[in-house]
Amino acid sequence: MRWLTRWLELVGKMGLFSLRVVIDSITPPFEVAQFSRQLAEVGNKSMALIVVSGFALGAVMTLHTRSTLVTFGATAMIPAVQAVSFFVEIGPLVAGLLLAGRVGSGIGAVLANMRATEQIDAIQSLSIDSFRFLIVPRVLACVVALPFLTLCMDFSGLFGGFLSESLSSHIAPTLYLNRAFDYLQWSNFVAPTLKTTVFGFIIGAISSYFGYTTNKGAQGVGEAATKSVVVSSLLIIIADVVLIKCIYFLFPDTAL
Amino acid sequence: MNGSHEIAVEFKRVAKSFGAQRVLNDLSFHVEQGQALCILGRSGTGKSVTLKLTMALMCPDAGEIYVDRDNVVGMDTHRLSLVRKKLGYLFQDAALFDSLTLYENLALPLSRLTKKHRDEIDDIVRRLLRDVGLAAHGEKYPSALSGGMKKRAGLARALVLEPKIVLADEPSSGLDRITASEIDELLMLRKAEHNTALVIVTHDIHGVRRVADRVAVLDTGNLVAFGTVEEVSQSENSVARGLITE
Repeated sequence: MRWLTRWLELVGKMGLFSLRVVIDSITPPFEVAQFSRQLAEVGNKSMALIVVSGFALGAVMTLHTRSTLVTFGATAMIPAVQAVSFFVEIGPLVAGLLLAGRVGSGIGAVLANMRATEQIDAIQSLSIDSFRFLIVPRVLACVVALPFLTLCMDFSGLFGGFLSESLSSHIAPTLYLNRAFDYLQWSNFVAPTLKTTVFGFIIGAISSYFGYTTNKGAQGVGEAATKSVVVSSLLIIIADVVLIKCIYFLFPDTAL
Repeated sequence: MNGSHEIAVEFKRVAKSFGAQRVLNDLSFHVEQGQALCILGRSGTGKSVTLKLTMALMCPDAGEIYVDRDNVVGMDTHRLSLVRKKLGYLFQDAALFDSLTLYENLALPLSRLTKKHRDEIDDIVRRLLRDVGLAAHGEKYPSALSGGMKKRAGLARALVLEPKIVLADEPSSGLDRITASEIDELLMLRKAEHNTALVIVTHDIHGVRRVADRVAVLDTGNLVAFGTVEEVSQSENSVARGLITE
């Protein structure tokens, strides 16, 4: 029973931590300079990873899809399959998981290091609210950056798919794009892209929680980084299932 | 020592435990404005905890802690931030923000907590950097500084808001005798020129003899001796005598 109590305690603490993030996000003072700095850290520095991963994933997916669809003589569907897969599910989920790995571990490690080296105490001692100064900008940066990074992944995946397909069938770019977006409507891609704001919140809040609350010194730095990635990745996958059901419930037309 | 008897910091029957371990037990003492109190004790006897309690970075289990007549125990965040402006804290490892340059480390509290113009902030930061002998290193990041330089930078940051009270956690640890003396000189100069109260946790007995107006000795969470260096050196408590005559 002890593990259950500890688990519930952890869930409760993470919940209260997240609630404080929400409240501090919408009440002044706002840490605009810190937010800009974190947005550059989260967004710009993750761009290369997202674009290259999307491109590679798009190319590989097309190769696999082609080998299956060629059996049914349905290779003309490849662009549509590619677009739907990326915009509806692969783009948001993979971008979220990649960001959890790159940014989540970074946030966890940086904050845990700041805790271990008393930098967080130093911020408090200077009459600066360390939570508003360190946590809120990081979480908001993840919330804002992830939808844009998801779009980058979607389009780079589509581009990777196009290159892969054009090598096999010499398809023209315009024809590929026309076929890709034939089955995709705005409503199909807006909700899945916007759901990544929730993924961003999960990454920012969970990683910040593990980094900010550690009290194990240097050992806590590695621990916070690992826990940040594992727990936020897991929660992203769980949230994805829940959000898809919510999207289908709220916007039945989006069900393909 | 200044003639003023205004109390800067006062502990009244303060107790603090971490789990089953009692770190401070019924601790009471006070420091007057313009006075330097050095806290001595073996490792793990609650010296740094005393400083953190003063800064309200942690809460005591019992007792009252007054900073410039305000009880900081249970104080709300807004009032606490006002009290903290009266305090400067030199952390044991300086705790400089490693994502900011040395100049930015010092400018940050000024730009956020005062309404000073950028030029004025620049003047203050450069003067402080000059005072601690780091004028040429303002653009460096903490990772590029030596231990002694970090300590001096930490002291400059602790003094940047011109606090009435300076808390210093082992200001001379890990430093050679000359650098440790320089840090002590800076602290004494501050006390003399601004009537600043100093609360210094240290193991450096040479520094204690040079700086302290009063010495407090902690052992197993209890205050076992309190007084001038001479009084403590004649204390009946063997730990206190041992530490001061080391």
